[in-house]
Amino acid sequence: MNYDSVADFAATWGIVYFVIMFLGVLVYALNPKSQKTFDEAAQIPLREEELND
Amino acid sequence: MNHSSNAASAPSDANLMLRIGLTLVCVLVFAIIGLILADNGTDFTMRVHGTIFVFAAGAAGIALLSRYGNYFQNPAAAVGGAAKGYNLSIVKAGVIMSMFWGLVGMTVGVVIASQLSFPELNLHLPWTNFGRLRPLHTSAVIFAFGGTVLMTTSFYVVQRTCHARLFGDVLPWFVFWGYQLFIVLAATGYLLGVTQSKEYAEPEWYVDIWLTLVWVAYLIVFLGTIWKRKEPHVYVANWFYLAFIVTVAMLHIVNNLAMPVSLLGSKSYSLFAGVQDALTQWWYGHNAVGFFLTAGFLGIMYYFIPKRAERPIYSYRLSIVHFWSLIFIYIWAGPHHLHYTALPQWAQTLGMTFSIMLWMPSWGGAINGVMTLSGAWDKIRTDPVIRMMIVALAFYTMSTFEGPVMAIREVNALSHYTDWNIGHVHSGTLGWVGFISFGAIYCLVPWLWGKKELYSNKLVEFHFWIATIGIVLYITSMWFAGIMQGLMWRAYTDFGFLQFSFIETTEAMTIPYLIRLLGGILYLSGVFVMTYNLWMTARGPQNAETPYRAIPAAAE
Repeated sequence: MNYDSVADFAATWGIVYFVIMFLGVLVYALNPKSQKTFDEAAQIPLREEELND
Repeated sequence: MNHSSNAASAPSDANLMLRIGLTLVCVLVFAIIGLILADNGTDFTMRVHGTIFVFAAGAAGIALLSRYGNYFQNPAAAVGGAAKGYNLSIVKAGVIMSMFWGLVGMTVGVVIASQLSFPELNLHLPWTNFGRLRPLHTSAVIFAFGGTVLMTTSFYVVQRTCHARLFGDVLPWFVFWGYQLFIVLAATGYLLGVTQSKEYAEPEWYVDIWLTLVWVAYLIVFLGTIWKRKEPHVYVANWFYLAFIVTVAMLHIVNNLAMPVSLLGSKSYSLFAGVQDALTQWWYGHNAVGFFLTAGFLGIMYYFIPKRAERPIYSYRLSIVHFWSLIFIYIWAGPHHLHYTALPQWAQTLGMTFSIMLWMPSWGGAINGVMTLSGAWDKIRTDPVIRMMIVALAFYTMSTFEGPVMAIREVNALSHYTDWNIGHVHSGTLGWVGFISFGAIYCLVPWLWGKKELYSNKLVEFHFWIATIGIVLYITSMWFAGIMQGLMWRAYTDFGFLQFSFIETTEAMTIPYLIRLLGGILYLSGVFVMTYNLWMTARGPQNAETPYRAIPAAAE
């Protein structure tokens, strides 16, 4: 294991890893099923709730 | 078991006593460390800092004893009853300290801009020399003002969006005042000439260790609050704050790995050398921009713009894609600070390419913020606070367009080491960081001090305009100065000699530097106007004007 093999491994598999991670994010974000969750989440700052406990 | 009505809400006596005891022991340990350094420090700065440490520990001890004094006299009444509702007193303290550091840091900025125009203002004293005041300015505006704003708003936003009280009782106050102590240690160190010569990471090893303790406690407070949330979903603003806290911890620790010459002295040497040191430094430096000045303040944007506009964020989906793409890409952009250096060419190209890729998440996020006003564009006209935050996004868009352009190697050949950099940084900091912070603070003060409105929206309007004109003067003069410098430095005569001596390029800066100074004075004046307005809002019994109301649209 020398500098070149490490650099080569990182350059190849790093990009694969990132692309897969990012595709995962896209699937999560664009999944039509989560529309309701996101709509509710977007309302969180607008709901004023005081704490009583 | 029998009379347990109090036991349910308040922690049990023995447990609480133990925690108070341990906290006091910690304070005592810090006081002893301070005393040792104050007495045996090998250099003057270390002895001064030891003394400051002793006083800080003393203040902490007094604060703790007075906080829990009631408890010792009447265990049933105190503590359990006090820790109810949101912890807003720490947010109030944060707003006050933010404004204080804003005024200090920007005043020092005006002082050093004056020194560049009028060198006599260095006063021929080591402590007031530009070289020492410049890191004082950058640290005071970025870490003291910006950092306190981020800490303050994050404590507010995480509580509100999780519907939970801030985690811990003493711990958040340790984070807050511990961070203020870090600022005081850093600032006094610079004035006394102590620096490890890494830009934006100047404080020496012992101050770095202190900040690490504070920062880990900050992470615990933030995560602890998220942990006990009542809201099932973690709102996107908290993701940005969390990325800011976690990444800054990582950057800070790695870039500051150093070996002190003596445990009683301030001097240390970095564990890295040569190009590795340079790359580590700019990996740190650029991510200070990416995760401190961008991700953290985007957390502010995702809460305060929807809140003030009374509309949900334009696209929650986009905010998720924005978050992940921003943090995936930003971390790689640092090498663009090292074009044409000993850094391998492929690493330079990597930094340049990732910088250009940053256009997409930056603009995606900015569009998400601006489009939140879609359908309510009149608010930009009628509400000066909204206008300030939207213009912050406009400056964000502009400086995140300019940054990647400057990261291109060929453009960098012209722009690097010139005042173009200074202009670029200030369009980001004055325009984006400053305006989004001012917007958030203008929102917070009436909320926290229980007022319907700000004291005066006209003064916000005035602040907005003088600050905007100030920024425009600042950045245009620096573009002019920077491009002229770059061109003069690379001009050759027919015989192949450099056409201009360095002093000639300095003389050419006279007028742009004066214009920059004027821009800085205008921007600083705006902050004084803001401070007055906030003071009157918090103190004043009522508003100077009738609360602003959207002007009804003309009949269509």
